[in-house]
Amino acid sequence: MFEEVGTTIDGDMIINVGPQHPATHGVLHLVITLNGETIKKVEPHLGFIHRSIEKMCESLSYRQFIYVTSRMDYLSAHINNHACALCVEKGLQVEIPPRAQVIRVLMDELTRIASHELWWGAMAMDLGAFTPFFHAFRERESINDIMEETCGARLTMNYMVPGGVMQDLHPNFQKRTKEFLQLYKRKIHEYDELVTGNIIFQNRMKNVGYLSAEDAVSYGCSGPAARGSGVSCDIRKIYPYEIYDKLEFDEVLETAGDSFARYMIRIREMQQSIRIIEQLIDNIPEGDFQTKTKAVLKLPKGEFYTRVETARGELGVYIVSEGGTTPYRIKFRSPGFSNLSVLDHIARGSKLGDLVAMMGTLDLVIPDIDR
Amino acid sequence: MFITKYIKDVYNGVKSLLVGMKRTLYYFTHHKEIITQQYPDNRDTLVLPERFKGEVVMPHDENNEHRCTGCQACELACPNGTIKVIFKNELNAEGKKKKAIDKLVYHLELCTMCNLCIEACPSDAIKMAQTFEHSVFDRNELTKILNNPGSKIMDGVE
Repeated sequence: MFEEVGTTIDGDMIINVGPQHPATHGVLHLVITLNGETIKKVEPHLGFIHRSIEKMCESLSYRQFIYVTSRMDYLSAHINNHACALCVEKGLQVEIPPRAQVIRVLMDELTRIASHELWWGAMAMDLGAFTPFFHAFRERESINDIMEETCGARLTMNYMVPGGVMQDLHPNFQKRTKEFLQLYKRKIHEYDELVTGNIIFQNRMKNVGYLSAEDAVSYGCSGPAARGSGVSCDIRKIYPYEIYDKLEFDEVLETAGDSFARYMIRIREMQQSIRIIEQLIDNIPEGDFQTKTKAVLKLPKGEFYTRVETARGELGVYIVSEGGTTPYRIKFRSPGFSNLSVLDHIARGSKLGDLVAMMGTLDLVIPDIDR
Repeated sequence: MFITKYIKDVYNGVKSLLVGMKRTLYYFTHHKEIITQQYPDNRDTLVLPERFKGEVVMPHDENNEHRCTGCQACELACPNGTIKVIFKNELNAEGKKKKAIDKLVYHLELCTMCNLCIEACPSDAIKMAQTFEHSVFDRNELTKILNNPGSKIMDGVE
């Protein structure tokens, strides 16, 4: 057992960050052993926001369980729903119409931008800069408006259903999205002016929280956290789903492995998402937005696994079916959990003040870790 | 050289700070680009999109008639047990007993606005309303009966 307060026998101080702490973005509890101001050990304690989503899904039908997954990684709710819908479609062996595929990819990329915008603002706020938060939310707000108009909700959309999407695109969607692209291009230089080029910010990010490529692989990191170390792990490129193999975009890679590299990955990834949206926004094919599926969905007996690239990394959905209307077992492989596990490794030996920068660039979403 | 590097660092540091400061000053002087909405004050002019998922309602026409047949599709589609259909027996024009809905109970406190009941309804009897201020003082007020008292099913809806 560990002590949660006081000092260890070696004279090291133990402090608690969280569960209620502004820098943890949720209810994450870190027990940190300190020698002076140098971190000797970081021990994350989980479970404060555990809602047993996996067990809950076992009692819901294949149409119903998708809405729960919006509550896992709430910043990329669309992509979570997408992964579940893909897995059910794999079991049912239905093809979804091309219009639905394009709508799904458009929504995914808009969500990815919105998620990275929030991360950018929140991370700068952790490091003491308050203004960027509002700049980020201005762009994010226009994405939320698009979502609100088409999906009817701003955060927990439940828009992807097995067989396609729930409703057709709103007539204003193309106009609003083009307006957003214009706004984004007009404002993107502010990000660099305010944060990226700032000397204080760079000194706090560079050479902080170094993660080597080997460690990134052995700890199971994915997404921007691993790509910052030069590990090529973009699911959209290596295991393309929907129409990603027909699209032109680059997998963003940095080799430095420090916090600044992970920061730059996300900034550049937003521009790649913009590129994808620009390719698709004028080429949305006509046709159905949903294939006709049976009223009661029954998956054949067996195991099904799909994975998608969320804004934080690889999300895997594993369904075991016994042939009934509800899944026998569901397992989500969430990116946040694996990315958190590396925190202890990269934080050892660095100063306590840098822990915030490391946590910020790992982009932890606590409901995604606990589920 | 150490001195040149030091001066260069200071110069770059001050420059980067001023660049960021300029951006802040720009918004300080350009009020028109600020997009803040004064929320509780602009309540009268606030327009929510028509697809916004606020709460489930059952539209009635001027004769106090709804389109709900009581098929329980919404009750089955709901993941949280939000909707409960209670039946009664009614005499139709020919004097035969006919099943009709007595109450369609809707628990707003359990609802997650997932839209699955609206998708499941075969006769478009329910829809989502654009309300969002759901706070009440007593939780019993959140349990609602969607059909009006004395309402009937519309003619021609099966």
